[in-house]
Order: sequence, then C-alpha cells, then structure tokens
Amino acid sequence: MNMITEKKRQILIFLIFAAAVLSAPLFLKGNYFLNVLVFVGINTMLAIGLNLLLGYAGQISLGHAAFFGMGAYVSGIITSRFPVDPFIVMILAALCAGVLAFVIGFPILKLKGHYLAMATLGFGIIMYIVFNETVDLTGGPSGLSGIPNLHIGSLVFDNDLNNYYLVWLFALAVMLLSINLSQSRIGRALRAINDSEVAARVMGVNARILKVQIFTVSAIISAIAGSLYAHIMTFIAPASFGFNFSVELLTMVVVGGLGSIYGSFLGAAILTMLPELLRVFQNLDIVVYGLMLILMTMFMPGGLISGLGLITEFIVDKIRRKKDDHAQA
Amino acid sequence: MTMLRLNGITKVFGGLTALEDVSFSVNDGSITGVIGPNGAGKTTLFNIVTGLYTQTSGEVYLGEKNISFFETETLAGFGLVRTFQNVELFGQMTVLENVMVGLHTKSRSGILSCAFKLPGQIKEEKYIREKSMEWLEFTGMTDLADMMAGNLPFGKGRLLEISRALAARPQVILMDEPAAGLNSRETAELSLLIRRIRESGITIVLVEHDMDLVMDICDSIVVLNLGKKLAEGTPREIQENPAVISAYLGSD
Repeated sequence: MNMITEKKRQILIFLIFAAAVLSAPLFLKGNYFLNVLVFVGINTMLAIGLNLLLGYAGQISLGHAAFFGMGAYVSGIITSRFPVDPFIVMILAALCAGVLAFVIGFPILKLKGHYLAMATLGFGIIMYIVFNETVDLTGGPSGLSGIPNLHIGSLVFDNDLNNYYLVWLFALAVMLLSINLSQSRIGRALRAINDSEVAARVMGVNARILKVQIFTVSAIISAIAGSLYAHIMTFIAPASFGFNFSVELLTMVVVGGLGSIYGSFLGAAILTMLPELLRVFQNLDIVVYGLMLILMTMFMPGGLISGLGLITEFIVDKIRRKKDDHAQA
Repeated sequence: MTMLRLNGITKVFGGLTALEDVSFSVNDGSITGVIGPNGAGKTTLFNIVTGLYTQTSGEVYLGEKNISFFETETLAGFGLVRTFQNVELFGQMTVLENVMVGLHTKSRSGILSCAFKLPGQIKEEKYIREKSMEWLEFTGMTDLADMMAGNLPFGKGRLLEISRALAARPQVILMDEPAAGLNSRETAELSLLIRRIRESGITIVLVEHDMDLVMDICDSIVVLNLGKKLAEGTPREIQENPAVISAYLGSD
C-alpha cells in the first residue's frame, strides 16, 4: 500500500509550507509587504473555516463575515473597557460565536441550496445591523477604538514582525488541525454528506448534527481570526464585517479550491494582495470578485490549487517524455 | 427466527394509497425477494423500512426491536443498511474512502480527537483502513482502491455500494434492484456474491425485476401489486400462483 508514503508526503508538504512561512520575514525585513502577509494569515484562517463548511460539507454560508465581526467586537468591546487578559477574552469571543452558530445552526442547516444561502445572508445582514445600531456597545458606524494590542508578558504585538508570527502561528495551527480533520472519519463523513446526503445517512452519518458541528467549528475559527484582527488593528468598524466581506471570503474559497486547505491559503493570498495591485478598481472590487467567481466556476471548478496540480502534471509529463526520447535516441 | 417483520404497513401520499396493510416476515439468514409490477410500492416499502419515509400506520421490527420511528442514520447502528436503485456513491472520494465511510458506525472519534490526532483516533483510523481493505478483498475490488468512485463503470459502482454496506457489519441488507443495469456476466457474479454474503450470516432483502435472478437465489418471495401483498411463498409456489400470473400477464 502507498498509504504510508502518502501520509509522509502530506507531513512533508506541511513542514515545507510551515518553514517557508516562518522564514519569510528574514527576507522581508521592514518591508510593507510583511503587513500585507499579516492579513493574508487572518484571511487564510477565515477561508479555511469557511472551506470546512463549503468545500467539505457542501453547505454554503453567505454570512460568515458576521462570525468574524463577532470575534472582533467581543474582544474589542471587553478589552477596550476592562483590564482583562485579551487572550482570555479571545477564548470567550470564540465561545460566543460557537454558541451562536450552534443555536442558529439547527434551524438554518435544515435548509438546502438557495434557501440556506438566503438564510445565512439574512443572518449576516442582521449581525451587520447589530454592529451598526448598538452604538453604546460597538460605537456604531464610526467604529470602536482603543483596543489594546495583544501581549505575552513584555512581548507586545504592536509591529508587523511580531504580528506576523502571532497570526501565522494561529493560521498554521488551524491549517494543521483542519488537514488532520479532513483526513479522518469526520472529514470523510463531511465529504460523504456533500456527495450524497441520503447515502451518508444510510451509512449511519448523522448529517444534521455533523453539519451543525462543522458550522460551529467554522464560526469559532472565524471568531478567533476576528479577535486577532481587532487587536492588530486596534480599531474596528462595521464596514469590515458586512456582506461584501462575506462574498470576498466565498471568493477566496472558490478561487483557491473547494475542499483544499492549501487552496484556501492560495485564495486568501490572492484576494488579499489583489486590492493592493488593483487600486484602480476602487469600489468596483465586488464586481471583480463576482467576475472571478463566475470565471472560476466555469473554467476551473477545482480552484487554482487544482490548476496548479494540472500544470505540475503537465510539466512532469513533458520532462518524462523528453527523457524517453533521449533514451530512445 | 424472524430477523425483520413488517406489520400492517400502510402509506398514504396525499390521497393516494401507495401501500395498504402489508405484512410479512423475513427469516434470519434468508434471502427474500420483493417483486411486483411497476408502481406496486416496492421502493416505497424499502424507504419506509430504512426510515426515509414514515409510514401512515403499521410497524417495522428488527429482531424484537420496534424500529418504526427511528431515523435513517440510527438504523445503520442497529444493523440495517441498504443500497439504492440508482447507485448512490460518494463520487468525489476514492473507492477505499467510500468503504471507510461504511465503518462510520463502527468508530467513535469526534471532531476534536480527529483534529488533534489523539492516540485513540490514530489506532481507530488504522482499524478502519484495514477493515475496509478486507471488504474490498471480499468483493474483489482491491485493485481499484485508489480510484475515484465517480469514475467507476456502473457495474463496479454497484459492487462498491455493496462493499460499503457490508463494511457497516449489518444484520440485514436491503438491496434495491441490485441487478438493474448489469450485463448477464455481472448479474451472474452478483448472484454468487449475494450467496456469499448470506453465508457470512447476513440476511438479505431485495427488490428485483430480473425474475431469473430472483427465482434462482431467493428462499422466499413476497409479491406486491398496487400496494397490497398479493402472495408470499417459495419461488416455486409463487411461479404457480394464479393470482401472481394474472397480475404479471394481465387477466381478462
């Protein structure tokens, strides 16, 4: 069986990826690009969270920015007012989002397809209104400021380099745990639900509960990303957590590759850097995202990660053929 | 010993009675065929037994246990699984992974122990993989283990669906038209496989249109017509039953 080598290959890929991520700052010292990569890390967490739900279980969410916002606001509101350890508040924020996802998950995830999309869209909009209207708590549309930076003892996460390592340790952990999950009985059960829910149920997979569980996990990951975001920015406003951002997240997952953890990183990286490159589009960014979604689903439904796979296969094939030609000659 | 017992199953869809007071028993370790013309209610009956539909009245017993109102996902744990007429595979998963899903009820690891790869989970994963390979060997699909299930030819897909159902270590397998779409060689192989499954101690109920197959492998046959039980007996008794003959060939 080639299962041992396959496992080793997976571990090797992750180690190479982690080493590349952790050593990147050595080459980017004092570079503005490091700041962009901090947000790539946050978006990678968010995209993986959504991918577990959309790419694995096949359940759409058009309101995931709400969980991101919830993490940011719970952390922001509490730490800007009370002198508590922000890491403890981060756990609290994750729990809040988790409980909310669990509670709304049961009724919402009974819906399928378009109806699920509508329900999650509605949830996202409601949360956006809550962020805007509870002015006493959130500061309303003008935002919430004075959020402290995270710190461990005297190590304060207030510069790009420290933030980079902070965010990427979280992102790598989320990545590793998600890869483990995807290769387990739970991951298989989720993909089974995606392929044929009725067959999965006949084989004893409790689709209803598993969908709610993965929705909850997804919300928790998003909330942790939100909490990190709040402490790094020290200022948050509702505009970051609206419908547009939910669509952007969806685009990251689809562009990167549904059901691929590394694809989520790729999608997050591209969608985070793209606005920096395409400043000319300004407020038309959502149009660009829409176009990307359409083009990807039409021409590369497996996402860029599958495209990369095809390209490597093509190159390997070419090289092999060349070798064969040489051998023959 | 009765393995599966249906007692007065009635199902009404809107104003239409799809099944009316259907009762029969399936003996432990037997192969029972359910036959009948199109629209007789065979698939509806399967859907009720496997919890996909809820009957209007009547009960289903698995052994001594009344399973009438349990949901589909619970029944696999009780030892009742099924295959589908149209082959419901997990197309984007490998053949091996499909069978591994079959062991879902035989494993326990939750989200956290899977994400953190706790020692128990690693052991369990190894067990799932080994058992699944054994079932692929049983059905002769070892060579195809790494193939995407969606790329399998139809006949192999059928076989995979049966392998996956076996992996759940069921007491009863319900097969909905297992020979539909198979060529004569594949059908012959299927009948051998069904016999081997029975020999391993599993009770089989099948809905089937291929009369040669049904008469060949079934110990007992239930005939449905227009939602009612028309006859029940051994293949020989059924073949000679005048009511069955007229239902199939038309009276007048």
